[in-house]
Amino acid sequence: MKVVESAVPVACWSCSVAHNESTLFCPHCSKIQPPPDGDYYSVFGLTPKLEIDLAVLEHEFYRLSRKLHPDRFARAQEREKEWSLADTALLNDAYRTLKDPLRRTEYLLKLHGACIGEEFAGADGNGRRDPSRVPADLLEEVFDLNMQIEEMRAARKTGAIDRELESNLTEAKEKFQSLLDAVDADLRTQWRAWDAGNGAARGTAQKAMVALLDRRRYLSNLLRDVTETLGA
Amino acid sequence: MSEGRVVGIDLGTTNSLVAYMEGDAPQVIPGADGSNLVPSVVALDPLPADGRSRPTVTVGNSARKALIETPERVIYSVKRLMGRGLDEMKDELKLFPFRLADDVEAGEVPRVQLGELRFTPPEISAYILRQLKRNAERFLGEPVTHAVITVPAYFNDAQRQATKDAGRMAGLHVLRLVNEPTAAALAYGLDRAKAGTIAVYDLGGGTFDISILKLRDGIFEVQSTNGDTHLGGDDIDNLLLAIALDEIYSEHGIDLRAHPGAVQALRKAAIDAKVRLSTETSARFDVELPNGDRYQREIPRAVFEMIIERVLERTMAPCKQALADAGITPAEIDEVVLVGGSTRIPAVRNLVDDLFQLGARGKRPHTELNPDEVVALGAAVQASILAGASKTTDEMLLLDVTPLSLGIEALGGVVARIIQRNSTIPASATEHFTTGVDGQTSVAIHVVQGEREIAADCRSLARFDLKGIPPMSAGLPRIEVRFLIDADGILQVSAREQRSGKAAEIAVKPTYGLTDDQVESMILESFDHAEEDFLKRLLVEARNEAETILAAVARGPMNPAWQQLTGEELAAIAAARRHLVAVKDGNDFAAIRNATIALDQATRRFAELMMDAAVTSAIRGKTMEAAGDDLGEAVTAPHPMAAAEFN
Repeated sequence: MKVVESAVPVACWSCSVAHNESTLFCPHCSKIQPPPDGDYYSVFGLTPKLEIDLAVLEHEFYRLSRKLHPDRFARAQEREKEWSLADTALLNDAYRTLKDPLRRTEYLLKLHGACIGEEFAGADGNGRRDPSRVPADLLEEVFDLNMQIEEMRAARKTGAIDRELESNLTEAKEKFQSLLDAVDADLRTQWRAWDAGNGAARGTAQKAMVALLDRRRYLSNLLRDVTETLGA
Repeated sequence: MSEGRVVGIDLGTTNSLVAYMEGDAPQVIPGADGSNLVPSVVALDPLPADGRSRPTVTVGNSARKALIETPERVIYSVKRLMGRGLDEMKDELKLFPFRLADDVEAGEVPRVQLGELRFTPPEISAYILRQLKRNAERFLGEPVTHAVITVPAYFNDAQRQATKDAGRMAGLHVLRLVNEPTAAALAYGLDRAKAGTIAVYDLGGGTFDISILKLRDGIFEVQSTNGDTHLGGDDIDNLLLAIALDEIYSEHGIDLRAHPGAVQALRKAAIDAKVRLSTETSARFDVELPNGDRYQREIPRAVFEMIIERVLERTMAPCKQALADAGITPAEIDEVVLVGGSTRIPAVRNLVDDLFQLGARGKRPHTELNPDEVVALGAAVQASILAGASKTTDEMLLLDVTPLSLGIEALGGVVARIIQRNSTIPASATEHFTTGVDGQTSVAIHVVQGEREIAADCRSLARFDLKGIPPMSAGLPRIEVRFLIDADGILQVSAREQRSGKAAEIAVKPTYGLTDDQVESMILESFDHAEEDFLKRLLVEARNEAETILAAVARGPMNPAWQQLTGEELAAIAAARRHLVAVKDGNDFAAIRNATIALDQATRRFAELMMDAAVTSAIRGKTMEAAGDDLGEAVTAPHPMAAAEFN
């Protein structure tokens, strides 16, 4: 678990005044510093939480972009240029991760040691539809759906249009979409539990979220396949 | 001496332009012929007879003239070849008279045969850039060494790198590559500080881009971009050309493809017809064939629109994808900006109107700025942002995205995506690699760009060899590789072995691209920017211009138009002429230039009279071209007394 920032003081390269390591600018002389070691939240000076104010995040992103972007350092000395590039990449990576609810959840849980994502799912090589992780309550429906998808694809190849199959698939799509929406609602509930809780409560919320994220990934891959098949 | 100004350059498929910031307003810099557009055409002049001097090239309008007489020494649309490998060029070769050198090996940057010599595409582009650089230096009266160059938003890493290489060969320090649609948004955003979502639809000569941006407090944040680097006005020309070639074959029994000069003349006629059809409801082909017959054909606009429908429809899918990636509907687009000469076609405007439901919402697309110039103007704005030279641009900031996902080839040839398309750049990703065999000291990594699932279907960017890994048991080394896409959209890679703490050595082998040494060896000339040399060159150029106009004035009395001038006008010409003769052998280039301009202005009415006479004689049956020959200058030149183009 690496959330606590190291507070080893280092000297600013420009004015030599010591500053906290995780800072983008020297508090004393305002010069740009090499990328700090902290996590994505610390880039924005935010407490690591799952519910965040997106307007505040965007405002900070624009404010920092104005100061850090390589465009501001086109005529600066070489090392300041390099740091501007590295710092801005960090800022952009951090913003991209935190502004998206799912990326943010995965990121924060990973910071707390959770194993999430396709690389842990024992995926079938391209990361899609890992049979070992089919949510147990959906086994039967998923089996039926996959059959229908196959039938639909076969029918498309021969140019036949099966209206009944099409309406079945459309129905299934709506059902799985509502399941997905339910997962998102559950995730939000767990966010609040995690943000408010400590120790044990967080552990429980974290476990629930890891399971929800896997279920969500599964559902959204399935939905993508159905949508593709219908739209083909 | 200061580093000088930063100029903005639009290095286009068909035309190229250079612009700069005059105070708070961007302005296009005209060439010596007075034209803002420099056709992206390069002609190799006949080689010097002594066999020793460097070959010279002609760029722009004068090179275009050579296209019909010596097509084998001329190249155009070279942008289509930038950053491409031999196999990728095959499609281009079907449609364009590019002659590839026959000794190109796989993996090498292909070279184009021009007369007796061979050039890589970046070298050809460098000649165009050098011409623009000279135009800017001539106009500004100071050396120009720093530039912003625009590229299609959908250009991949190799195409971007090739463009940067070209800049370096031309003696330009390329401070930034800017995406063309984003540059256009900058040009439009300058005088209206507002918030909103805009779409830039950019259909140029050879490429199509669509970008969706969010504007807020001077920040231009690109949400998504998409496009097709093989779609543009060229495709329309090719369709018209193909139809004409077919008809000529069936009606006159001539396979014109055996006559490259005639094909070029036909292509020019096709382009003229296309341009006319944007304002007129019908256009006419009338071309003389090698056997003396004429190919005559009327094309009504309705037929033209049917012919090009399929080309225009190909812009739809990228637009829809860009909207989906930005997570918005067409109705949420507040403004649409049209860029590129092809957006003058009424059918294109109708398509854009439908797609973004503009008419239905009481809106019109923005076309206030010249679609041929808007990208260069935006490049000048970005140049000013980088130079920190203007208060207006101080508050502006461009946040662009990478158009294509970056991935590495994983087991089984599938792509593991590490940076998603439409990520704001600079963007980075860190990946960890290890060894599979005991004592293994190197690991090979294949980096690709594209959206397909299989690496072989994506564009191969480079193969990296991580070398110098300390020998350890399999799986024990932990090599951290950092991929970083910089603000130009170009990939940088660095690596270190974490257990030994050693920086791993990376041998980067771009799949297609020039090495640093190769670029170095292709630098067009030694760019010695000693002020003295530069002033010398300006002086030589100014004297040449003076000689040209003096010679033209000397021929004046032989032209009937001369008799129409008033005594006052003749006296003014004589005075200006005497003044120029007096200063032209001095060492003050500015004085020579000013005297040249004064004489040019004094003869302006004479020039107009000659022009009228030329038009009258054209109506009497002479061709415009012949009338132009009578004047010693093509009538398409903006001013018959204009100075010659220098090289």
